[in-house]
Amino acid sequence: MADSSWLTKFPQMDRSDLLAIRKSLDSAYRDFSREYGDVIESFFDPLLTFLVWFEKLLLSTPWWLMIAIIVGLVYAASRSWKLCAGVLISFLLIGYFGMWNDTMRTMSIITVCTLVAIGLGIPIGILMARSDRAQNIITPMLDVMQTMPAFVYLIPVVMLLGIGKIPGVIAVVIYAIPPVIRLTNLGIRLVDREVLEAATAYGANARQRLLGVQLPLALPTIMAGINQTIMMALSMVVIASMIGVKGLGQPVLKSITNQYFTVGLLNGLAIVALAIMFDRVSQSYAKRTQRHMEGVQNG
Amino acid sequence: MAEPLIQIENLYKVFGKNPASVMTLVHEGRSKEDILAETGHTLGLKNINLTINKGEIFVIMGLSGSGKSTMIRHFNRLIEPTEGVIRVENTDVMKLSAKELEQFRRHKMSMVFQRFGLMPHRTVLDNVAYGLSIQGVDKAERNGKAREWLETVGLAGYEEQYPAQLSGGQQQRVGLARALCTDAEILLMDEAFSALDPLIRSEMQDQLIQLQEQLHKTIIFITHDLDEALRIGDRIAILKDGEMVQQGTPDEILLNPATGYVEAFVKDVNRARALTVETVMKPPARRITADTIGEALEQMKRIRGDYAYYVSDDGYQGVVTQQALEDANSETPFEEVVEAIPHVAPDAILESVIPETLESQYSLPVVDEEGELKGELSRRSLAEVLGDAESQTAAESSDNRG
Ligand SMILES: Nc1ncnc2c1ncn2[C@@H]1O[C@H](COP(=O)(O)OP(=O)(O)O)[C@@H](O)[C@H]1O
Ligand SMILES: [Mg+2]
Repeated sequence: MADSSWLTKFPQMDRSDLLAIRKSLDSAYRDFSREYGDVIESFFDPLLTFLVWFEKLLLSTPWWLMIAIIVGLVYAASRSWKLCAGVLISFLLIGYFGMWNDTMRTMSIITVCTLVAIGLGIPIGILMARSDRAQNIITPMLDVMQTMPAFVYLIPVVMLLGIGKIPGVIAVVIYAIPPVIRLTNLGIRLVDREVLEAATAYGANARQRLLGVQLPLALPTIMAGINQTIMMALSMVVIASMIGVKGLGQPVLKSITNQYFTVGLLNGLAIVALAIMFDRVSQSYAKRTQRHMEGVQNG
Repeated sequence: MAEPLIQIENLYKVFGKNPASVMTLVHEGRSKEDILAETGHTLGLKNINLTINKGEIFVIMGLSGSGKSTMIRHFNRLIEPTEGVIRVENTDVMKLSAKELEQFRRHKMSMVFQRFGLMPHRTVLDNVAYGLSIQGVDKAERNGKAREWLETVGLAGYEEQYPAQLSGGQQQRVGLARALCTDAEILLMDEAFSALDPLIRSEMQDQLIQLQEQLHKTIIFITHDLDEALRIGDRIAILKDGEMVQQGTPDEILLNPATGYVEAFVKDVNRARALTVETVMKPPARRITADTIGEALEQMKRIRGDYAYYVSDDGYQGVVTQQALEDANSETPFEEVVEAIPHVAPDAILESVIPETLESQYSLPVVDEEGELKGELSRRSLAEVLGDAESQTAAESSDNRG
């Protein structure tokens, strides 16, 4: 053929074809969301109710009681006065700089997202550990979830459910769930073969092995996964605020568009403070529960 | 007397993607290497047949990779055989459903592992009670029993510790207590003492032998150490590359190794330490029963020796020499010509009687607990048995004397 332009220019598909594909895909999805949007939305209703209730609870609790509860929880989990002091000071500063309500909203959504991620992630991780086939199917999906820019999957979620808390939770969970799944799987697979064999040899059934041996021994690894999940959920707060999730993300978003440097910085620091608090507390809790692993050699 | 408890018949195990597909090759008698090279399947066990009796310690011995762990995991079906029959009492273990198999594992057998297999997140007490907790026994009862067993193995006071806080020997005692706590009749021990220091190991061997004297369990004990096998085994089976090369009592294995492989194993064994007097002694030919000097001289002539053992109705009395009989006159009381010399017990370890045997000018009489004369142990038969072994062994025993 005379036309050899494909040598220098990539032989791409016809523009009109591409347009047709886009149109039909988009409209098919739009039809789907019109058709089933309400059903799916009502499926999430209980979660929404809980979310709203929990946010209200955090917001309506007097600040001093809230701080007392948080510091109490931190102490129960970590047994460290230093950490308690750090948390106390952070929350006093947050309140003083007028970020109390936004911080409560963020804490509320992060808590719910983490619970959802754990509730879904651990069973999926267990499934992966049980079956190599499940692992082969799920691993690439997790890779996609972790590398796909969050904005891309925000689009269909918003098309389906509109703007609000639930789409926010879904977006955050999709982004934050992979570590807890991966590390649950890994933790269970790394359980000492001989210990598991011992359980089997003494007649333990699958449930007794899972609850009595595999999960407890995988716990340090699972805790590391939960910790990462919380961190990722927090880092998603700003993006989630674009689809109507209230909290510390919104002032940050506003300060980007309006160039309010100080507001952005303060809210950013509040997010960092929350992140450090969740991280240190969950880590020292994990460490404390694993005390018995440290051998004290006594002949 | 010997009541069979466990029977294994024509057992084969092939590891790999499709074990059934290579069974024809296995039955043709192709070697483990051939099969691996040709099909990528590992022949783990080949045509194993054995019978284990109630109340015995049955040792399975072999080098690393010979299939010992694979073998022992067939008894409770932690590994499924490719072909073969496993019968325990009258139960065909292969026919058990998943639920029945759980019950079978809970009540019939317990297991001790090479690297202990303890649960690091449970206290020592909870580890020992593990088998009972799986069975659903309530907490007070199982902890009570676990405490008793901990005391039996010498670990009272460690109940609330975690395994990581214990030494290796202590951890294996916990493993042993855990196995005993379910009262299972059969004990599977996969190289249970191999990970321990020699001193601790021999302590544990003693403890196991002691416990067995009281408990009369049926114990299947895996080891790669022939000395250990000889010490604790009532019978020994030797595995090589997944095949059984010899089965027998320790003495049979030591004195009649079936193949060059077993011989090589046996060569390094200190026979003086492994054999008992019984296996080496000769039947007592020189024995006189007369109680007058005249009759004694008569009997002495018939046995054509210059000394004999005097046995009365009360059993063995001592040694009588021809010289002493000739020197005596008819008035001498018979007791005066009987000379007391050291005697040895039939179940004494050979090593322990070497000095007496060498110092005595006569063959030593072997006398059992009832005072019966069972045999005689000459310097010559001692030298024959020990002389077969390596010179190193002989040097060792003479060192021990000096
Ligand atoms: N799960 C398995 N998959 C493949 N080969 C195995 C497996 N388990 C054991 N084998 C092979 O079977 C043989 C015997 O192993 P094992 O029973 O562990 O020996 P031992 O306990 O005597 O050291 C070895 O060649 C080993 O490589
Ligand atoms: Mg082994």
